[in-house]
Amino acid sequence: MEIHRYEKLWTVAALLLIVGLIATVTYGAVGPGVTMVDDSGGTVDAQSLGDTEFSDPGVTQVDNNEYEVHVVARQFLFQPGTAEPIRVPANSEVTFYITAADVVHGFELAGTNVNTMAIPGQVAEVTVRFDEPAQYGIVCHEYCGAGHHTMAGQLVVVPEDEYDTEGS
Amino acid sequence: MAYVDDFPTDARIVRWNMAVAFLALGVGGLFGMVQALHRTGVFRGFVSSADYYTVLTGHGVLLALVFTTFALAGLFTWGVTRSLDRSLPSPRFSMAWFSLMLVGAITAAVTILGGLVPSMPLSADVLYTFYAPMKAHPLFYIGLTLFIVGSWLAGVDWFRTYWHWRGDNPDERIPLQTFMVLTTMLMWYISSAGVAVEVLFFLLPWSLGLIAEVDPLLTRTLFWYFGHPVVYFWLMPAYFIWYTVLPKLSGGRLFSDPLARVVFVLFLLLSTPVGFHHQYVDPGIPEGFKFIAMTNTMFLLLPSLLTAFTVVASIEHGGRQRGGEGRLGWLRTLPWDEPAFAGCVLAGLMFAAGGFSGMINAGMNINYLVHNTLWVPGHFHLTVGTASALTFMAAGYWLFPQITGNRLRFRTLATIQPYLWFIGMTFMSNAMHRAGLAGIPRRTAEPQYDSVTFQGVVGGVSEMRLQIALGGTLLFVALLLFLIVVFGTWLGGDGTDSLRVNSSIPAPLSGPEHSPKILDNLKLWTAVAIVLIVLAYGLPLSALVADGLFAPGSPPIPV
Repeated sequence: MEIHRYEKLWTVAALLLIVGLIATVTYGAVGPGVTMVDDSGGTVDAQSLGDTEFSDPGVTQVDNNEYEVHVVARQFLFQPGTAEPIRVPANSEVTFYITAADVVHGFELAGTNVNTMAIPGQVAEVTVRFDEPAQYGIVCHEYCGAGHHTMAGQLVVVPEDEYDTEGS
Repeated sequence: MAYVDDFPTDARIVRWNMAVAFLALGVGGLFGMVQALHRTGVFRGFVSSADYYTVLTGHGVLLALVFTTFALAGLFTWGVTRSLDRSLPSPRFSMAWFSLMLVGAITAAVTILGGLVPSMPLSADVLYTFYAPMKAHPLFYIGLTLFIVGSWLAGVDWFRTYWHWRGDNPDERIPLQTFMVLTTMLMWYISSAGVAVEVLFFLLPWSLGLIAEVDPLLTRTLFWYFGHPVVYFWLMPAYFIWYTVLPKLSGGRLFSDPLARVVFVLFLLLSTPVGFHHQYVDPGIPEGFKFIAMTNTMFLLLPSLLTAFTVVASIEHGGRQRGGEGRLGWLRTLPWDEPAFAGCVLAGLMFAAGGFSGMINAGMNINYLVHNTLWVPGHFHLTVGTASALTFMAAGYWLFPQITGNRLRFRTLATIQPYLWFIGMTFMSNAMHRAGLAGIPRRTAEPQYDSVTFQGVVGGVSEMRLQIALGGTLLFVALLLFLIVVFGTWLGGDGTDSLRVNSSIPAPLSGPEHSPKILDNLKLWTAVAIVLIVLAYGLPLSALVADGLFAPGSPPIPV
């Protein structure tokens, strides 16, 4: 098969680009340690969340600077997050466990790379470091019904010293 | 002799398919403008925010499935009959698949639009992806099933024509256009099996109450098994035009027939084992399988990058045949006032931009930033919304005279239309990409929240909104111009004009005789494609069904 010299060069360049792109993703995983949402959160019975670790969703301190946050997404609110903001202290490592009670939802801290699907029956596990006090909007980014556009919330990272006094 | 004179019956099939495609494009495009004005808050008087999702479902189904598939059926019927120089074997069979697709499309469309009429019991506000446990009326799933089965039978029609031809020509290479049609359809059979299983074994019986629960993650995975290759079902007919018609429109010849075959074989092999890249942020799927899908996706760039070279080289050859000289001087001699040419080239240019934003999407970890944001529709309005749609419109300008026997009417409108589409899409898509970087979600009626502030990374949010609304409006105007031209052409004559265009296609600079015969071994490539799919999907699917086909289960939730 005859291939033009320029076309050979182009093909080599294209393959280098492809290998380079794969290398950047691989570097992201092993260098900065960006892990993917996976099956580590396990499964859960979406119709009886009351009998699971999602019966009383919210923030729990598990270690000195480590916290767990259980979040239930349902038409059309995050629990917690919508009625009251999720509050965590600065300089903490927070692991979110997110599931959906009815249909598929999304959980995104706007403008960040905290972004996962919330699927009934599955638990999404996402670990995030919050270094500085800040305020983030939470958006449901998967269409979930006629009130989808009202489904939002907030996450507030409060200064460490204030967090202790509040107890939260 | 025009195509309609040589193949009057096939020309009718092409005409009807294209007519349905472009009518669907008109309605779907109107919905698109309504969305662009509504979600940006520029004008919310068309529908309520609750009904926005009915319109959005209609937009997705009518454009991503109905428009694209009917356009493909028209173009492929033309390409098969033209390149094999023989009619489809049975007009009755052709009408059967066309009618089945039409009945399916109308059933699904009526069920969706029923959502706008409160007194009607029909509704299907589940969007084009219809993720369980959101439930549509059963007629929605039935309509989709008929539609897909119709497309399968269309493929049977093209294969039968090919087999008849093969009987008469045992030793010849498959003509390039037919080769492209057959590889595309093989890809379609393999990939649409996923959505067929999803609908027939799970969603349809579940919507009818025959089974109580389905597993949302399993059905979602089956959808995306189909949902990425469907992207290539939209694109491959555009590539088919770029490879076989665009070189002629530029005044030259295709650069390389062998490379075109390699590209279509690569699409057959790699289109399907990549679906998990739509599920990078789904829980329940191990990271390793996402990584495999990511590498496959990156290699799927190769056929598109090869296409970029061949298409540009062919256009350059055309420009030089027209007397263009120097490094870039050939660009000036190209027929920029020819709407078919301009449409294809502008579509290709936008596809290049869409390819780059697609590389970002495919990057597994950077995808966290853009997943389900407005970035994603910004991306696919460059690909399906321009690379495919504008190419199909461009092909329409060239083909409608040949399938109706009438010269193109309203030439001035036709000449400006591709440019207007390009400008509209430039406004809309750049703003959507930037809005996505700010975290503004896709698929929502009102992306304005009390509790959330979006920070524009490049430019301000209100400026992005204006660009989206303006772009969406320009696109709809361009669409109206297009419809005036093609339907004016069809209805504006008695089919006896002497035409300025014809269907003869010059031989490539490097023909099929330069390529190994193994490229035409469709059985081999199909087998390899299936092996790759088993490798990519075997383990994850068996893990998903290991805890029960319907568990963890969800009952239907009407929306």
